[in-house]
Amino acid sequence: MSELTLKTITELREGFRGGDFSAREIAEAFNAAVVAGRQLNAYTVETPELALEAADAADRDRTTNSLKPLSGIPLGIKDLFATVGVDSTSGSNILKGFKPTYESTVSGNLKAAGAGMLGKLNMDEFAMGSSNETSAYGPVMSPWKRNDGGNAALTPGGSSGGSAAAVSAGLAPGVTGTDTGGSIRQPAAFTGISGIKPTYGRCSRWGIVAFASSLDQAGPMARTVRDCAIMLEAMAGFDPKDATSLNLPVPQWEAGLTTDLRGKKVGIPKEYRIDGVPDEINAIWDQGIEWLKDAGAEVVQISLPHTKYALPTYYIIAPAEASSNLARYDGVRYGLRDTPEGGNLDAMYAATRAAGFGAEVKRRIMIGTYVLSAGFYDAYFTKAQKVRTLIKRDFAEAFKQCDLILTPTAPSAAFGLNEKMADPLAMYLNDVFAVPASLAGLPAMSVPGGLDSQGLPLGIHLIGRELDEQGVLNAGLAIEERAGFTHRPKRWW
Amino acid sequence: MSVNADQVRHVARLARLALGNDEIDRMVPELNNILGWVEQLGEVDTDGVEPLTAVIENHLRLRDDVVNDGNVRDDILENAPDAQHGFFAVPKVIE
Repeated sequence: MSELTLKTITELREGFRGGDFSAREIAEAFNAAVVAGRQLNAYTVETPELALEAADAADRDRTTNSLKPLSGIPLGIKDLFATVGVDSTSGSNILKGFKPTYESTVSGNLKAAGAGMLGKLNMDEFAMGSSNETSAYGPVMSPWKRNDGGNAALTPGGSSGGSAAAVSAGLAPGVTGTDTGGSIRQPAAFTGISGIKPTYGRCSRWGIVAFASSLDQAGPMARTVRDCAIMLEAMAGFDPKDATSLNLPVPQWEAGLTTDLRGKKVGIPKEYRIDGVPDEINAIWDQGIEWLKDAGAEVVQISLPHTKYALPTYYIIAPAEASSNLARYDGVRYGLRDTPEGGNLDAMYAATRAAGFGAEVKRRIMIGTYVLSAGFYDAYFTKAQKVRTLIKRDFAEAFKQCDLILTPTAPSAAFGLNEKMADPLAMYLNDVFAVPASLAGLPAMSVPGGLDSQGLPLGIHLIGRELDEQGVLNAGLAIEERAGFTHRPKRWW
Repeated sequence: MSVNADQVRHVARLARLALGNDEIDRMVPELNNILGWVEQLGEVDTDGVEPLTAVIENHLRLRDDVVNDGNVRDDILENAPDAQHGFFAVPKVIE
């Protein structure tokens, strides 16, 4: 593979601006890597021509000194983002062939910043999953293998599994992800890359296919913390087309990066020490604590008493919102239509939805419909929203004693394909550390901490106060510098 | 609370999902497993707690009160499985 595909966004930007290589050379190198990496099933659509088009524009802009922040950088875009004229199917059969006539705000922001698009990235169907196995396009293969000599196919995590695999395998220097209950952070942890979910409202949700609207947030995934900061700056910003978009200026996160954490207090929540989590996970957590101390932070013990209720709360609220959001897939306006012989409109709705949705999506629509149905709404949905208030309050109390919270990202390293598909609850438990921050709308990030004894990456998770992406990025960078994580999966594809 | 096959059939009907009997039968224990698990929220004392409505404090904005159909009819119909005469076409609804 070309040397260029081993570089970070920061290095590519520098080299391109300095005249070491052209944007076309970058795009061609990644286009070739995408083709060579097809076995990973990371991309659902390849758009080499769009990558080249943006590259040529960048090369022209370089000659006229009119470079944009991401000129010369080709990116992968998760299939959940509407991209004009390019299939946008959210990993679902029900949207097969859907070519939006509009562009999502976030992907549009990236393009306006000069970035090119390499293609659309595979994902769990409608972002519902933690292993990328619910995709209508089939699972993504993690580029990582265990070091036990076996050849077991591993998950890259989910739902942004294609995104994670692409960055990890060098099929893109950076990608978009979305995170509803861990879908950026868990796959980043499983594949040894970085990813940040910003504060709810930082990135516009307009043009991102809705899963659970009160939780969905877009964010970047890339090889380094600095790369994430660069991308997030381009992605974020006020958008009048999203009613929950925050009307605030976008901070200069990259310029604000520092690893001097003196005066910062880092909280360690005792409720995140849970039974059954492998020692290696707790060990990497303890290592993270030491690294932040080394960076000057003070470590304090905190309590988030409602932690154990976060997952069940999430699995009421997210399916409830999903059942409502996914009502739009009815065979009338876009995507699949299945009309049974002699069937009426109602039969068309039901047949289309039965044919178009996969098992996990149906399961969540059923749960969501049930918890919102007459007679059960208060017992389930209102109750969950009350507990969500308590979870948010836990964080508010904790942030009176600390500036940041440090935890592991996931309760295990990457697991094998098919290992958890038969047991939905076991799959859901994978997001035990990620979901609370989602419920509270807080910025949170995963950075690689090291490898476990099987040679697989483990992530360290940072949660910040609302709007304090800078604090999260800085602590992430402090860990990155100390972890010195340079491992890449050994190429087998 | 647990659900039986008839209740699952009813929910599938509400959700406009045509599920076969075998799918219904498979879903009964799956849904009961998940519902049983989320019911642990019953342990939490939520007396006097307001349900969360906005996760991050934000003010709802008003737009100008002007009629605007977007003038994007063809864009909207572009992906329709069946569009006729500038409308979405569906199976007959009036006998």
